[in-house]
Amino acid sequence: MPRRASPRGPRLHALGDAAALVEIGRRVDTALNTRAIGLAAALRKRRGVREAVAGYASVTIHYDPDQVTFAQLQATVRNLFRARPAPPVPGRLHRIPVTYDGPDLEEAARALGLDVGELVRLHTTPTYRVFMVGFVPGWAYLGPLPEPLRLPRRSVPRTHVPAGSVAMAGAQTGVYPLPTPGGWHLIGRTDLPMFIPDHDPPLLLRTGDRVKFFARN
Amino acid sequence: MTGETVLQVEKPGVHCTLQDLGRPGHRLAGVPPGGAMDRFAIAAANRLVGNPDNAGALETLLDGPALVALEGCLVAVTGGDFQPLVNGAEAPGWTSLWLAPGDRLGFGRRASGARAYIAVGGGLAGDRWLGSVATYQLVGRGGIQGRPLRAGDRLALAGEPAHPRISGRRLPEDRRPAYSAEPALVAVRGPHYERLAPAARRRLFAAWWEVSRDADRMGYRLQGEPLEVRGPELISFGLAFGCVQVPASGQPILLMADHQTAGGYPAVAGVARAALPLAAQLLPGQRLRMVETPVTVAQDAWRALRANLEAII
Repeated sequence: MPRRASPRGPRLHALGDAAALVEIGRRVDTALNTRAIGLAAALRKRRGVREAVAGYASVTIHYDPDQVTFAQLQATVRNLFRARPAPPVPGRLHRIPVTYDGPDLEEAARALGLDVGELVRLHTTPTYRVFMVGFVPGWAYLGPLPEPLRLPRRSVPRTHVPAGSVAMAGAQTGVYPLPTPGGWHLIGRTDLPMFIPDHDPPLLLRTGDRVKFFARN
Repeated sequence: MTGETVLQVEKPGVHCTLQDLGRPGHRLAGVPPGGAMDRFAIAAANRLVGNPDNAGALETLLDGPALVALEGCLVAVTGGDFQPLVNGAEAPGWTSLWLAPGDRLGFGRRASGARAYIAVGGGLAGDRWLGSVATYQLVGRGGIQGRPLRAGDRLALAGEPAHPRISGRRLPEDRRPAYSAEPALVAVRGPHYERLAPAARRRLFAAWWEVSRDADRMGYRLQGEPLEVRGPELISFGLAFGCVQVPASGQPILLMADHQTAGGYPAVAGVARAALPLAAQLLPGQRLRMVETPVTVAQDAWRALRANLEAII
């Protein structure tokens, strides 16, 4: 099991023979996430590192073993971790218009003991952070969700969730970028595309960005 | 589409898509690497016809298409043994073949494997998305309008074919991957291996795992005696081609070329690059075993496999 960061810095774990994972924490936490984003950015400049993807509190490194060995990469990670992190790059702020009329809106409000207006007010209050991007193209994991809005996932996931659905589950919220199956509670929808195939990068929300939803209805 | 139109699709086959070595570099946007499931076979097919390893070529699942040459072209078929036929006569796999205008490349009965690759001298053209012509069906991008081939499609070359166009070049059998319906896959212990209960740790690398019906370009659900995982839920992290994740059901999932780029199930093992071509040739009902290997040894296995591409004669 990944250990807590020792004084020597976090341990590198193999993900197959050309990728590795470094976990710097186990919590959903802005400071840890900022650290992960900074570590990924620094790693991307290193020889042999092809991609470095920040997770909530981790970095997944895709590397070329012909240019850098696993042991060298481990040493690089520890050196970078010990160094004073670069000041975080402030993420862009997105204001996303939402029509709050999702199929789960009323049921979610009932389960939470709120009326729909309160649910919408709570969902539109925070400025969320994009903790990571992944799963499918353009999917941004947003959080943290206010405590009074936290529900477990739906017991039976939907086989089809339309693109643009605004959803929440646990401490997370997000917008489905593509029509996919999904188990989150659908509370609204937006017309703003999350997946923009003809852009590079092909997505709206990037790791470290900030998001504020506002109600259109 | 730039080069000359060389092939017409008479029959598309069950599921035949244009692929290359994929579009690494876009995981930050949630875009998987994609590309050929069997990276050795596509590279070999391309080299046999004088292309760079990464040129566009066809990946065909379960059966082959029927293609008619509109212009003379050099082709090679690699990967699973799908019994290539030129004008109905048996033609060798892993060998460059010259098609004259009007010649028909078809396939007989699949003898083994799951996926065959068809490369054409000059490389096949397709929609380029994020630097690759690989078909990615989830978003309908790359390849031929982001979809599998259809009857009537015409395939064009991406560029000028390299010269000389030599037919009869081949990759000797002992230089091809050791494809098997029951392969032993070189694999590395994953970051969350220690989340497995002790008995599950032993079983992960000892048991046979059957490929379930839920197996596609995104990944294979494996079936066997469930693996017990312990500990609190993980927070999501980035994944890689070859990762073996264990959800609460205890039935592992092997991530393949079009895999989800992030997830939160424990990653208990990673199948090495040298073994992914063997995994790519498996079908539901077949079974695999994972053999725990140190990272450096797994990397050497890939170098050894890749060196076989130099053995084309």
